[in-house]
Amino acid sequence: MNALDVNSSSPHLSGPHSVTRVMGLVLVALLPGTLAMQWYFGWGVIINITLAVSSAVLAEAAVLALRGRPVSHTLIDLSAVVTGWLLALALPPLLPWWQTVLGSTFAIVVAKQLYGGIGFNPFNPAMAGYVLLLVSFPVTMTRWLPPDVISGAAPTLTESLHMIFSGMPPDGQTWDAISRATPLDLMRTELAQNRMISEIRASPLWGDYGGRGWEWVGNWFLLGGLFIIWRRVISWRIPVAMLGSLLLVAGLFWAIDPETHPFPAFHLFSGGAILGAFFIATDPVSAATTPRGQLVYGALVGVFVFVIRSWGGYPDAVAFSVLLMNMAAPTIDYYTQPRIFGQRGRDDA
Amino acid sequence: MADGYRQIVTDGLWHNNQGLVALLGLCPLLAVSNTLVNGLGLGLATTAVLALSNVSVSLIRNWVRPEIRLPVFVLIIASFVTTVELVMNAYFHDLYKTLGIFIPLIVTNCTIIGRAEAFASRNPVPRALVDGLAMGIGFTLVLIVLGGMRELIGQGTLFDGAQLMFGDIARSWRLSLGEDYPGMLIAILPPGAFMGLGLLIAFKHLIDRRLSRPRSTEVTGAETSAA
Repeated sequence: MNALDVNSSSPHLSGPHSVTRVMGLVLVALLPGTLAMQWYFGWGVIINITLAVSSAVLAEAAVLALRGRPVSHTLIDLSAVVTGWLLALALPPLLPWWQTVLGSTFAIVVAKQLYGGIGFNPFNPAMAGYVLLLVSFPVTMTRWLPPDVISGAAPTLTESLHMIFSGMPPDGQTWDAISRATPLDLMRTELAQNRMISEIRASPLWGDYGGRGWEWVGNWFLLGGLFIIWRRVISWRIPVAMLGSLLLVAGLFWAIDPETHPFPAFHLFSGGAILGAFFIATDPVSAATTPRGQLVYGALVGVFVFVIRSWGGYPDAVAFSVLLMNMAAPTIDYYTQPRIFGQRGRDDA
Repeated sequence: MADGYRQIVTDGLWHNNQGLVALLGLCPLLAVSNTLVNGLGLGLATTAVLALSNVSVSLIRNWVRPEIRLPVFVLIIASFVTTVELVMNAYFHDLYKTLGIFIPLIVTNCTIIGRAEAFASRNPVPRALVDGLAMGIGFTLVLIVLGGMRELIGQGTLFDGAQLMFGDIARSWRLSLGEDYPGMLIAILPPGAFMGLGLLIAFKHLIDRRLSRPRSTEVTGAETSAA
């Protein structure tokens, strides 16, 4: 708060949450999950984050300068850092460098700044960048590494750097030898071949609930998510509604036929469900804002995740579901306005 | 009179461009502009229909009662579209197959009925013809630029499939960024069309603003000195 704001209209008390502080807390909360990903998938994760964050910040600075807005004042709100970071976490660890830079720049320039910058973007910028990349480069975007517990060892720093910047696998190896389907991918392709869950689960990719390694990444993101709920950065409503509805719908189909529908915990601990529920669907700008609206919004994101994962064209669905519900958020807010104190509700009238 | 024609032409090509300003006929504009040649093909077909329908509507403008003018316009447009469709099927069969449903759909292009209603039914034949050609060429130019942009970004080529329109000699016109270009599918898909059109509209506004700037500074200068 600067001195100028004292003369502005009410409210005069400033809350404890500046944008910088909120974004800083989110970054802290992302740390455990990020480190877990680095542990399982190697240095590519860190390199992606470095690339995505720096290009997001550069793009933000460039556009702000072009628009004649104060650059340094806006950059320290860290929102571009969070966007780049979230995007990088969604990307495969060995994505060619220019695709990471492209996605991150698109997220900031098109999905955020063209709509008016922070607070005005109708879509979650990180997910818009992710979807751009997924739709444009399906081959590289689905080239995930197996967690190191399966491959024996994740690529070293120099190997990762070489692969990311040259776009080539190391000498004498092919991408097919290095990469491995993600658990969601595997489940999808095997189910399409009419194999049964019990057969599919014999693959070494599986851990206790979700994919090996993946489930622990999910756990650490869960910890970070609980941390930001505790610090009141986000409300519990969207994550609980989203994961709850995902569990419910998945559980329903699993109960009907457990041999063609993976058990519910698999949906929770594979792919981006946990990360999405706590860090992506809860984006304060593009999500629903009323308390009841957040429950509806989160629940529908969860349903869409299940629907797209089960019957859609792509293995994971968090990005698509969040973007779809971003579009619906204003309508949800409209119909779930809380009653203003002193006014009759719709039912009383 | 010469000034009047000049106005009609600049309106059609720029100030009232059907693709960038009036935003009419967006369905074919967005759907077909995935390559430069497709855009050119549909643009020329639309221009032909637009010129012919404008002339016919202008010819009969004094004999059609206002109550039934729209059905009459639609019938005229539909017959020309059918003619163009049959001609393309006969002479540019491969292009016809590529453009597919969008040729018969020219009949629903709002630009055509819009010009018939707003211009041709109120103006003499020569002016209606010039308007039809200018509007059609303006629309075609947008289709070409958008199609070229999407083709270049999406698959790294230009004039791909030119032989569909210009015969085998055009096969060598195909430009390519090289076989290594990875392609960016989103530019070919519908979202690319929307983003591309948005960028073109923004670019047109930018040019308009640049062009009007010297005049506006003169005006403010005059105002300051007067004050």
